[in-house]
Amino acid sequence: MAKISRDDVLHVALLSRVELTEEELELFQSQLAGILAYVEKLKELSTEDAEPMTSVMGLHDVFREDEPRASLGREEALANAPDRDEDSFRVPAVVE
Amino acid sequence: MTDYEVVIGLELHAQLATRTKLFCGCSTAFGAPPNSQTCPVCLGMPGVLPMLNRAAFDHVVRTALALHCRIDPETAMDRKNYYYPDLPKNYQISQNARPIGVDGWFDMESGGSIKRVRILNVHLEEDAGKLIHPEDTGAATSRVDLNRAGTPLVEIVTGPDLRSVEEAKAYMESMRQFLVALGVSDCKMQEGSLRFEASISLRPFGQEKLGPRVEIKNVNSVRFVLGALECEIRRQTELLNRGESVPQQTVLYDVRHDETRPMRSKEHAEDYRYFPEPDLVPLHLSPERLEAIRATIPELPLARKQRFMQCLGLSSYDAGILVEDPAIAGYFEACAALHADAKAVSNLITNEVLRELKERRLTIDAFPVRPEGLADLLRRMDAGEVSKTVARDVLTEMVATGRGAGPIIEAKGLRQIGDEAVLRALVLQAMQQNPKAVSEVRAGKSKARGALVGPVMRATQGKADPGLINRLIQELLNRPSSGE
Repeated sequence: MAKISRDDVLHVALLSRVELTEEELELFQSQLAGILAYVEKLKELSTEDAEPMTSVMGLHDVFREDEPRASLGREEALANAPDRDEDSFRVPAVVE
Repeated sequence: MTDYEVVIGLELHAQLATRTKLFCGCSTAFGAPPNSQTCPVCLGMPGVLPMLNRAAFDHVVRTALALHCRIDPETAMDRKNYYYPDLPKNYQISQNARPIGVDGWFDMESGGSIKRVRILNVHLEEDAGKLIHPEDTGAATSRVDLNRAGTPLVEIVTGPDLRSVEEAKAYMESMRQFLVALGVSDCKMQEGSLRFEASISLRPFGQEKLGPRVEIKNVNSVRFVLGALECEIRRQTELLNRGESVPQQTVLYDVRHDETRPMRSKEHAEDYRYFPEPDLVPLHLSPERLEAIRATIPELPLARKQRFMQCLGLSSYDAGILVEDPAIAGYFEACAALHADAKAVSNLITNEVLRELKERRLTIDAFPVRPEGLADLLRRMDAGEVSKTVARDVLTEMVATGRGAGPIIEAKGLRQIGDEAVLRALVLQAMQQNPKAVSEVRAGKSKARGALVGPVMRATQGKADPGLINRLIQELLNRPSSGE
């Protein structure tokens, strides 16, 4: 069975910006290991001659022309914002 | 202080010259009110699907071809995952596994010779939005404007091939000219449509292995990139001289203190979990399609400059000025086709036309004096109808009124006085009135000559042929009894 360390879970949680309780950490550690073990099964297949696949749709070259279309108005664009001022979204300060 | 070899690589992002964003029909026009150019696609609303802008894709293919890249017959977009408030989808659609172009090169001029810079990767991606940080550093919020989110960009990455700050500067300037001439970007730095990031390492001369790489972020102008590079060279040299090693890291450039400082590592956890973008389909490039795009590549600045020098006899300096802007170079060529003396055409354009454009804040396309008009003025200069000085005034008048050179010269009585008898009398008079200047000129003080030319020019309101005045002064000086 694939090994998932506690640090792996913490790392994935950081990347996803989720906070985990101690219980969740343990729960996900075993669940993630289970998921990986399940995916491991794929290794039983030989993929020697298979081309890597980037799309399942069988389509290619779908384009749109460079023609402008009306945008949403600012009010509509900002309508779902948890926080905003007159013309912008507002987010916790990002300062480097 | 020991000297080390400087190794620099540059990564550029240029906004592609399209009317709309990469995956939706929102306008990319600069300067619109915040958040007025957005839609569900570029806001990252659930359930929307991106559709690729053909013009943006073609621009990147054109760039990759012009940079002599290898282009695979199939390319695809990838999803790059990270969280940042300027990125509404929480991922950026970019290219990772199959960029449009790889392994190319770019020739540029640096320090008088041609330098070849390897191009590792040319790819298409979307821009993020704009974060507006509070001026008050204690403030609790930043503002986000998503007009720029989803704007198409080309990213071009060089190999670690630049060996000095000067070469980095030459690369940035040459690349800007290249992209503008290619028509893929307008490269307006002040509008953020051309941005550079640098990485730099030092190594003892003769050592092949590269030193630890320091990436510099947060530099949004050529001047800041150069400033940051200078800082890093100083900092790394000091570390190495003290026998310490340079840690591989990302630094930020602090413009105010002119120093670089390390970014906190947590904010730079590079784990983007790329995977093929499931909302977009692969892109095929047939040989026919590639050739059709290749056919749209114009003559590029370096080649054009070399042609101006070799075929038209221009100096490197003049040719360099002309090719800086492809529209100016085109104007020059149109004029040179009408007037055989290409050097005279170049002089008039680089000195006077560019000055007029700058003073009047005009582009060459809106310049009222068309090539025919400029060639006519040049012909009149050649024929001795007007002097260079007067030609300058005639040109100004042509720009101001839109009239031709001929009517202006007639109406203002600007025709050059080339009548030797008239000028001889005036020169003689000037010499008689200023014997001091005469003896000084005789004694070899050529500066004093101005005191003799001046009065003649004043008497003729600047219309006297200066070459003729000088010849007459010489003649009269050489005459043993020149009226003293």
